[in-house]
Formats: sequence, C-alpha cells, structure tokens
Amino acid sequence: MKRNPALRDALFAAIVLILLLAIPMLHRSPAFEDFIIRLSAMALFATSLNLLVGTTGMVSFGHGMFYGFAAYAFGLTMQLTELSLPVAALFAVALTTIAALVVGAICVRLSTDYFAFITLAVQMLFFSVIVSWQSLTGGDQGLRGGIPRRRIFGFDLGSQLHLYQFCAIVAVLGLLALRHVSMSPFGNTLRMIRDNAERASFVGIVLWRARLLAFTIAGGFAGIGGVLAALFVSGAYPELADWPNSGQAIFAVMLGGINSFLGPVLGAMILLALNDLVQRFTEYHGLVLGIVILAFALGLRRGVLDFIHLVWSKRAR
Amino acid sequence: MDFNALGACFTTPACVVTQATSGLIVGMLLFLVAAGLTLIFGVLKIVNFAHGTFYMLGGYVAYSAYVATDSYALAVLAGAVAMALFGVLFERVLMSRVYGSNVLMQLLVCYAVVLIFDDIVKIVWGPEFRAMGMPAAFQVPPLFIAGGVVPPFYAVLIGIAALIAIVLSLGLSRTRLGKTVRAAAVNPQMVSALGVNTTVLFAIVFAIGGGLAGLAGALAGPVRSLSPGMGFSILIEGFIVTVIGGMGSIAGAMVAALIIGLVRGFGTIGFPGFTDGLIYIVMIGILVLRPQGLFGRPL
Repeated sequence: MKRNPALRDALFAAIVLILLLAIPMLHRSPAFEDFIIRLSAMALFATSLNLLVGTTGMVSFGHGMFYGFAAYAFGLTMQLTELSLPVAALFAVALTTIAALVVGAICVRLSTDYFAFITLAVQMLFFSVIVSWQSLTGGDQGLRGGIPRRRIFGFDLGSQLHLYQFCAIVAVLGLLALRHVSMSPFGNTLRMIRDNAERASFVGIVLWRARLLAFTIAGGFAGIGGVLAALFVSGAYPELADWPNSGQAIFAVMLGGINSFLGPVLGAMILLALNDLVQRFTEYHGLVLGIVILAFALGLRRGVLDFIHLVWSKRAR
Repeated sequence: MDFNALGACFTTPACVVTQATSGLIVGMLLFLVAAGLTLIFGVLKIVNFAHGTFYMLGGYVAYSAYVATDSYALAVLAGAVAMALFGVLFERVLMSRVYGSNVLMQLLVCYAVVLIFDDIVKIVWGPEFRAMGMPAAFQVPPLFIAGGVVPPFYAVLIGIAALIAIVLSLGLSRTRLGKTVRAAAVNPQMVSALGVNTTVLFAIVFAIGGGLAGLAGALAGPVRSLSPGMGFSILIEGFIVTVIGGMGSIAGAMVAALIIGLVRGFGTIGFPGFTDGLIYIVMIGILVLRPQGLFGRPL
C-alpha cells in the first residue's frame, strides 16, 4: 500500500464517500446533511486556496472572486439557457477557469505583498461590477428567481437527500483530484518554488508559468465549490465574491493547517461548526469567534493538523 | 456612465470647487489612516489589518468625549490619545507575539481583533448609526469660492491633515527619532546593535499609527456617521492608498490619498454607482505598470 500513494488516497476517498452516503440511510438528520452540503462547497474553496497559500506560497486575498464568479456563471446559465444542469455546471467551471487564467496573467508576476493586494483589488472590482450591473445580476439583492433544479442522472436536486449525495460525491472527487495535483511532480515543483524561488528558477523552472498554472487550477476548483454553493442557496449573492468570504477561506486554511492536505477541510469544518454554534447562543458571534481565533493563533501558532503533526513527529523522535 | 454630466461639471467652477473639496476631505481622512499603515509597514514590515479598528474606536471615543464635555477640541484629542495608547497595547500584548511568523498568522490576529472590537462597539455604543453632529463652533455660514460651497469645517479638516503631513515628514527627516525610525525601516538589526531600544521604537511607531487613525476617526465624526462596521471600509481604502503610493512612503500615501479622494469626488458625477469600481481600476492599473507603487522603492 505504501508504495502506491495514489491508490491509498483513492481508497481513503472511497471509504469517506461510502461513509457519507451510508449515514442518511441509517439516520436522517436535516441539520447534519445541511452541514455537509455547506461544508462540501467550503472545503473545495479552502483546499483550492491552500494550493496557492500552502503549496506554492502565494497569498491570495481574492480567491472569493472565483467562488462568486462560478456561482453567478452557473446561476445565469441555468436561468437564461435550456442547458442541462451538469452541462451548465461544467460550463460555469470552465468559464471560471478561464477567468482565473486571465486574472492570474495580470497578477502572478507581482511579489508576495503586492500579489495579495492586487488579487484583492481584482476581486473587489468584480464585486463592484456585480453590484452595479443590476439588469444582469440583480445588484446587491443577488440573483433571484431560483435555479431550476432539473433532474440529472436520477438525482432530484430539489430534495435535500439528493443534494446531499450530489455534493458529497462532487466534493470528495474534487478533493481527490486536488490531492492528485498536490502530490504530482507539478505539486513538488510548486513546493520548490515556495521554499526557494531563486533556486527553482536556476533549475530551469519558468516561475510565472508554474504559478499561473497553479492559480488557474485553484480558481477552477474554487469554481466547483461556487457551483455547489449556488445550488445550496438556489441563487447567487454578491457576498459570495466579497472580501469577508475570501477571509473565511483564509481562516479555514489557517485554522486547519497549511502544510497538511486535509488541514483546510478540517479548518472549514471548525469554522462552520463554530459559526453555527455561536450564532445559536449569542448575537455577538464576532466576539466569541475572535477570542477563539486569538487562542488558536497565539496558543498553537499554527493550524490544528500542523500542530498535531508537530507533536506527533516530536514524540516519534 | 454619464460623461455629459462630468463634462458639464468640469466647465462650471462652482461644481469643480464643490466636488474637489468633498474629494479632498475624503483624501485627507484616507491619508491620516494610510500614513499610519505605511509607517508601520515601513518599519516593522507588518501589514496592520486592525488599522480600521483604530479609526472606528477613535471615532467612538471622540463621540463619547464630545457628548460628555461638549468640546470638540477635547473630543479630537481624546480620540487620538486613546488610540495611541491602544496602539501600544495592541502591539505589546498581541502583535509582538507574532513578529517573524507567517504573514497569515499576523492577519489572523488582526482579524480576531477586528471581530472582537466590532462587537464591543455594538455592546457599548449600540448597533445603530450614531451621528456626532456639526460642533457649534463650525455652525457658521459656508465659504463661497468661485461659486462653490465650502463648509468651514471642511477647510479646517483639510488644514489639520495638511499640517500633520508636514509635521510627519519634517519629523521623519529632521528629528533624531525620525532618523532612527527611518534607519530601523532599512535595517532593524543594525539599529538594535547600535544601542537603540527597538522594542520601544516599535511601540512608538504603533502609537503614532494608532494616534493618526484615532485622529482621523475623530475628525470624521462630524462629516460621517459612526457605525460598528466603519473600520472595514476605511481599511480597504487605506490599503489601496498605501499600495498605490508605495508601501512605506509617507509622501506616496499623500499623493495616492489625493488621487483616490479626487477620483471619488468627481467619480460620483461621472460614474454614479461605480466609484468603487473606478478606484479598483486605478489601483490595478498602477500595480500593473508600477508594481512597487508611485513612490515605492524598486522591488
């Protein structure tokens, strides 16, 4: 098993998927299913961001743009055309990938801090366009009228159970694909750029090309998350592309750990659960969330999974 | 887009004066916020994402001081001094623990502070908008310049900000403290090795940055309403100004703040509803053509 990591990852994904699909058959819990649906979108969003932040060392503040872009592209395609849902979803993701390629072409040559700010600026420009282009996007009210949830492959996405199954499958397959990218030789190239860009450049790697490819892939996968989010809310809202949403993804990545592949997924889980839990008990959820984040940042000084790895490897020694 | 209106405005002196003044006060408030941001970045290489919180708290402290004492001058002083102290506290208790760690870790700490204080403001001052109102001293007939209306408070605000800009740049270039700060921006280890207590220096830098942001919040009181989310939007614009001007450059911050202020002032006439978009376009354009910003050191 150890000799073939790809097979091991696939097996792990299959087990998780089977577990996720089995749970509603044993026990139906709308709250749990709702949580997994939201988590599937958030996990793809955060993990794709970590391909930039953790793997390549590119801190993007504007990742929410592609999440929102895909949600709008998908919602508008479904409302304006007669395309079937999977075709519309693929079209939306393809469009988002192209958008990421274009944005990346402008941004990737800038160094760290400036890269962070220009991605933020591009995202906020996109956000302003959404809000001011009322005739197409519905402005700050968001894309209303719902997304026609046509049946696909026997899935009726109007039912929560089917939406749950659909999201679980898409998210697990998407994460598996991202894992594959991260473990591929290309993934190692990205890590090399992160650790020492100059050396990578001497070895003959064209830095901007590798970074642009990573940015494009990450944008595309964030787009898949955006499509799931659009399905869940049955529409699209400017908030999906606003900067607090990009912030959420960054915190998911940081809370979970940037050096572990599943870190962002765990972080997304913690953040969603924390939001739900705190919102139930107090209206001042920023206060509680802020204190928890401070405790993490000053106490652990790294994400949860990274912390566990550190403790683990110290004990092994 | 309404180019006719924009063209008409540019040919009427009254309109030019009115829009330019409203743009100037936006620009001056932005400069006060951005000057602190850029100073902190220049010396500590830290991007202070909690800077908007200083601005917000400065505004609220000034509001309370104004209600209590009925003196606007005292209110402004209270806002600035309180935030200078808050800046030191913030640096000593929180930020100094994450120096040298990942940028994102610093971002996380700052964001936590933003979340916490937005809610504390809600608890102490309430979630609704608050208006300080124009202080009695400024409730006098407006000035008329070439037919354009300029409220006296605007003139005072622009004057104070300009004065601060001059004091700040003279202080940095002429005084001993200013020279030490500039030296620390270039090589903090060397400054430390030469016997300067950099711990104190960093705290001072945060005090200046916090004080300027608090001052901006207090000055914004009479012209803008106070709300718990006000720090967020000024933070974004402060960043835009710092990035356009070149991170670490005070002069750059001034020029960029004026550009953004004027784009806002005239943008509301030519591009109603899309002034934010306009500003992001300016920022992207400048970053693409000159990544280090207008006055930044080449990368």
